[in-house]
Order: sequence, then C-alpha cells, then structure tokens
Amino acid sequence: MTRNDLLFSIPLGDWVDTIIRWMMAAWEGFFDVIGEILIRIYDGIYWALATPPFWVLIIVFAAIAFFAKGWKLALATVIGFLLIYGMFQWDNAMTTLALVIESSFIATLFGVPLGILAARVRWVSQVTRPVMDFLQSMPAFVYLIPFVMIFSAGIVPGIVATVLFAIAPAVRFTELGIRQVDPSVVEASYAFGATPRRVLRQVQLPLALPTIMGGINQVIMLSLSMVVIAGMVGGGGLGNAVVASIQRVNISLGAEAGLAVVVLAIFLDRVTSAFGNKTQRAS
Amino acid sequence: MKALRCTNVYKVFGKDPDRAVDHLKAGGSHDELPDDVTVAVDNVSLEIEEGEIFVVMGLSGSGKSTLLRTLNGLGPASSGSVHIGDQEITKMTLKQIRRLREERLSMVFQHFGLLPHRTVLENAAYPLEIQKVDRQEREARAMEALKTTGLEGREGAYPDELSGGMQQRVGLARALTADADILLMDEAFSALDPLIRRDMQDLLLQIQAQQRRTIVFITHDLNEAMYVGDRIAVMRDGQVVQIGTAEEILTSPANDYIARFIQDVDRTRVITASAMMRQPGTRIFSGDGPRAVLQKLEKWDEPAGWVVDSGTHKLHGMIHTDDVVRALHDNPSLTRIDDLLRKDFSAVGPDDSMAEVITLASGTPITIPVVDADGRLAGIIPRIAVLVALATASNGAENSGTDDALTREQTEEAL
Repeated sequence: MTRNDLLFSIPLGDWVDTIIRWMMAAWEGFFDVIGEILIRIYDGIYWALATPPFWVLIIVFAAIAFFAKGWKLALATVIGFLLIYGMFQWDNAMTTLALVIESSFIATLFGVPLGILAARVRWVSQVTRPVMDFLQSMPAFVYLIPFVMIFSAGIVPGIVATVLFAIAPAVRFTELGIRQVDPSVVEASYAFGATPRRVLRQVQLPLALPTIMGGINQVIMLSLSMVVIAGMVGGGGLGNAVVASIQRVNISLGAEAGLAVVVLAIFLDRVTSAFGNKTQRAS
Repeated sequence: MKALRCTNVYKVFGKDPDRAVDHLKAGGSHDELPDDVTVAVDNVSLEIEEGEIFVVMGLSGSGKSTLLRTLNGLGPASSGSVHIGDQEITKMTLKQIRRLREERLSMVFQHFGLLPHRTVLENAAYPLEIQKVDRQEREARAMEALKTTGLEGREGAYPDELSGGMQQRVGLARALTADADILLMDEAFSALDPLIRRDMQDLLLQIQAQQRRTIVFITHDLNEAMYVGDRIAVMRDGQVVQIGTAEEILTSPANDYIARFIQDVDRTRVITASAMMRQPGTRIFSGDGPRAVLQKLEKWDEPAGWVVDSGTHKLHGMIHTDDVVRALHDNPSLTRIDDLLRKDFSAVGPDDSMAEVITLASGTPITIPVVDADGRLAGIIPRIAVLVALATASNGAENSGTDDALTREQTEEAL
C-alpha cells in the first residue's frame, strides 16, 4: 500500500517542509543574525572554559560544589573531573558544558518571563500549555532537521533545538510556583496599596523561587541530554564522540564519552538542586 | 460625616454579573439565577460612624468577607456605591484606589498574610515601604507599633518562628503602622485558640481606647461580635438582617434567625456591671462615728458596708462590724472610724462585664462596689445579684417564653 491508495491523504509533512523553506527564504537575514549571536556567545563561554589549565577549572568546580553543598560533593567533583581528564574527554566535556550553559541560560531567559506572564494572564497560560506539551513530547532529534536546514550543520541548530526542547520546565515551574504562593500574602500586599509590579518583585517571585529553581534544574538536565543528541548534526563535544563511537562501533570511546556525560550530569544536578534548596531555606 | 458608607451594594460572582444585579433589583430571587452565578452581597446599605467598632457578623457564606472587600476595592462591588469619607471608591481608578489604601485603609487578615521571607520588623514596616518612607523612619514607626501589640524583642524573628497569636499581633502591628484611620479586620481572630482570641480582643479594645480608629470587624462568632462591637450588623445570604448594639440585638432580635442565633451568647460578657448594680441600702459617711456605723449596719443586717465622702461620694473603703466592735472594746471613747477602714478591696467599673464581676464575687465577703471613673461609688452589686444574673445568663432562652417557643418551632422545622 502506498500513500496514493489512502481514502484521503493529509500531506502534513509537505506543508511543514513548505513553511520551513519559505521561512528560510523570507527570514534569511534574521536567521543569520541569530546564528551569529549564538556562535559568539558559545565562543565566549568555551573560551572561558578551555583557556585555563584543567586543574584550575577543577578547583573552581570543586569550590562551587563545596559552596553549594559541602566537602563530600566537592571531593566527588574533583574525582569525577579528574576521570574526565584522564579519559582524554576534557575538551569534549568543556564544549558540551559550554553548550549546556548557553542553552539553559537562553531557555531560562525566555522561559521564566513567559511563566510569569502565564501565571498572570489566563489566555497566555491556555496557549503555552499545549505548546509546551508539544515541545516536550516531540522526539528530540526531530527538532534537528528543520534547524539544520535553516542554520546548516554545526553547533547553532544544536543550541536552538536544545533551547526549544528544554524551555518547558522553566515556563511550567515558574507558572506553578507563582500560582502556589499563598493568596492571603498576595492579597495583604495589595490591601496596603502595593502595585502588581511590587507584588511580583517582593512577594510572588521570592516565594516562588524554590520552585523556579527546581524548574531551572530540569532545564539544565534536559539541555544536557539534548546537547548529546545534537552531536548527530555536528553539535560538537561529547555528543560528537558518542555519535562517532556508534558509527564505528567503538566500545571504548562510547564508554568514556558516556561516562563523561554522567559525571557532568551528576555535577550539574547536585549543584543546581543544592542552590535550589538554599533559596528555600532563605525564604 | 460618616467614615464609611455603602449604598445599595451588590456583589455577584460568575458570568454576566450585571444581568444578575438587574434581576435582583427587579425583585427576583437568588434561586432563579443560573447555578454558576453566586450572589455574595445583596443590596447592602450601611453607614459606619467615625471612631466606632462596627462588627459585621454572619455564618460562613453570608457574604461578610466579600462585603469587606468592596470597602477597599480588593473585590470591587458589582453595583452600588461605597464612600470612604467623601471619596467614592466605586468611581475611582486603580491608581487612586491604591493611593486610598495607602493613606486611609489598612487591613488584618484571618490567615495573617505575613511575608514569610521577611522578619517581624520588616513585615510591620511593609505598608510604609509601599508608601516609600525611608528605612530609618519606617522601622522606628514599626517598632512603635510592635511595642503596642506586645512584640518588643521579637522584631528579628521570622513569622514561622511565632505562634498563631503572635503572628496575628504582627498582622495587627502592620495595620497600625500604616497609620490609616480605617481598619478592616477580616475574621482576624477566628483562626486563634479561644484563650488567645480573648487576649487579642482585649488588646484591640485597649488600642482602640488609646488611638481611636474606625474599625470594621468581620466575625462569625456572636460572642466576639458582642464583646468588641459598638454596633453589629448581622448578615445572612448576602443581606443585612439587623443592625444595632449588642443589647438591642439581645433584647429585641429582628427575626427568628437572630433569635436562634443569640441563644448561645455568653451573656456574662455582654451584660455590664451597671446593669446589675443597685443603690446601697444605707450610706456610711467618713465622718460618721463608730456607734452610728454599727447602728446603720445592724438596721440593714449587713456585716460590713462601704464608706463614702459625704460631699463627693468618693469611695474611701470598707468598714466591717467586727473591726468596729473590737476597736470600741479596746477604746470606748473612739469617735472616728478612719483607722478602721479596710482599703484592700477590689471594685469594678460601670462598664465592666459580668464576667469580671463574677471573678470578684468569689473573693469578696459582702457586696461588690461599682466605682465610676472619678472614684465615686455608683452602686453596689450584692452577691445574690451575681448568682441571679448568672442563672439568667446561662439559660437566657428560658427567660422569655416566646423565644423558647420560636426556637422549638425552628428546630422542628430544621429536622
């Protein structure tokens, strides 16, 4: 049976294809600028991570871990990153880390304000909810196809796809966090003449911060997983190594690159969730 | 000028409130409205005097909290007008309303509504922060308010480190700091334990005695309403059923609903000493000689009596027959009773509640003197009067046959 034998056919794929091609032609300049900006940011972060000798960065990471949680996490951080260095994955790991930092930052930058808006304006919430469902449940590498067409292979389609894939928790947790703030506290502020802006700044955001931090933690973890997938389109870093190991059935490279991803994941998760807990205690 | 005035205020929740209001204005009933429309306030008109504590009392769902929120625009009225002094809040822009809240209206909440991430001091200073008062001044004024509510020394604590009663003291201090002339209290003490609630009621009355404000106090507790309120409005199904003083409502309830309500009022807190006192049978003056005193007391068959100044009627003390007899035995030529007076007695004021009189009655040998603000003996309360009042108070309904009949009828109806 072929598509022509169907009772009726919905050429949705063709439509999407047409739209993307039209966008490429119509917004070429816009996409060029976006791509340029993303590459510049990436270069900056990568420069900061790759320029100092590895042991300087390990000390910095350990210090962050110690400040976030304590000496145990600091010790585990030192061991984990020494392992990455010893496995000759240091440069790949720093590339991946730079991609994760940039993607998470952009996802948070857009996701949190969108979440705030969704918490206050009903129709924004009603629109963002299905959009977020769509973004989160679409198989991750499907994103890559249109962005490769638009930006051509490299790190840029990887970053854009990662941002879209990882933005949902930032929006959702922010909206949830703000909605969960005790309404009597909000009402009390209004009763003494506070403006909505003041209530947001002094009441809703501080009280929602632990939940928002939980969302940012999720954003970072999703970014990491997507950045690895982006290796398929030449996103660079550990993702490249993983894709290469699959193509060449190289068990040793696969194990080393995979383990490096695990170390990064545990480090990022523990540190960000510890900071999240810190904000909880403060509030 | 009235401090607050509501005229034909309606508040309807749900779709198309305007149509629902029109329906109600045309005399339609609540039942004819669609299910998703809720009438919270139904044609309420009130006038609240400057400096009074005006209580709005009703069961949950009677619309009292919603009515309160129409006063400061937290939940604007669907129809009707609300005046704060000469300003009509129902005609104001949001910006003007915020201004009005800053300057004239403060509020205390049932669940406190304190900022959990700020200290007690910062919470109390919050209204001034909104008014953009600089830190030094606002903290000084907040400290003052915290002192008034008895929180001195706790200003550095966080709300979750305090008990419920303490947290509400912070809520009260915050409302006082704002220095508004109108204080809205939404079930402010309802979430507290009974004993702490009593303390807070006393605190409120004490503050009100020192710095007069117009207070609108919402409660579902009739005892509380009668204790703190100068006037009480009873609400039911969004309508005001009766407005009056505690005694007016107790003595002439407007309808069965209220009659049933006031059955379990603790009258000991409503009835005052002046309502229980009577004139002393005899007056003993400070100039009387010991034998004259004995004669007066013997005639009235009293073991002791109250000595007043013959001119001013100021209460000097208590004289006991035992003391007089003993003194005459020691010194038959005694002519003055000054040295025989007992000064360690307790007295009540005319406005003190019956509950306070009862507490004293257990500790005094004879009668309880009622002394007015100038120290004059206004009357006495014999112990027997306390017992009689107590008996009447504990089964107030039995006192009047009609009340009782009504109640029984209603209970049957309810069954």
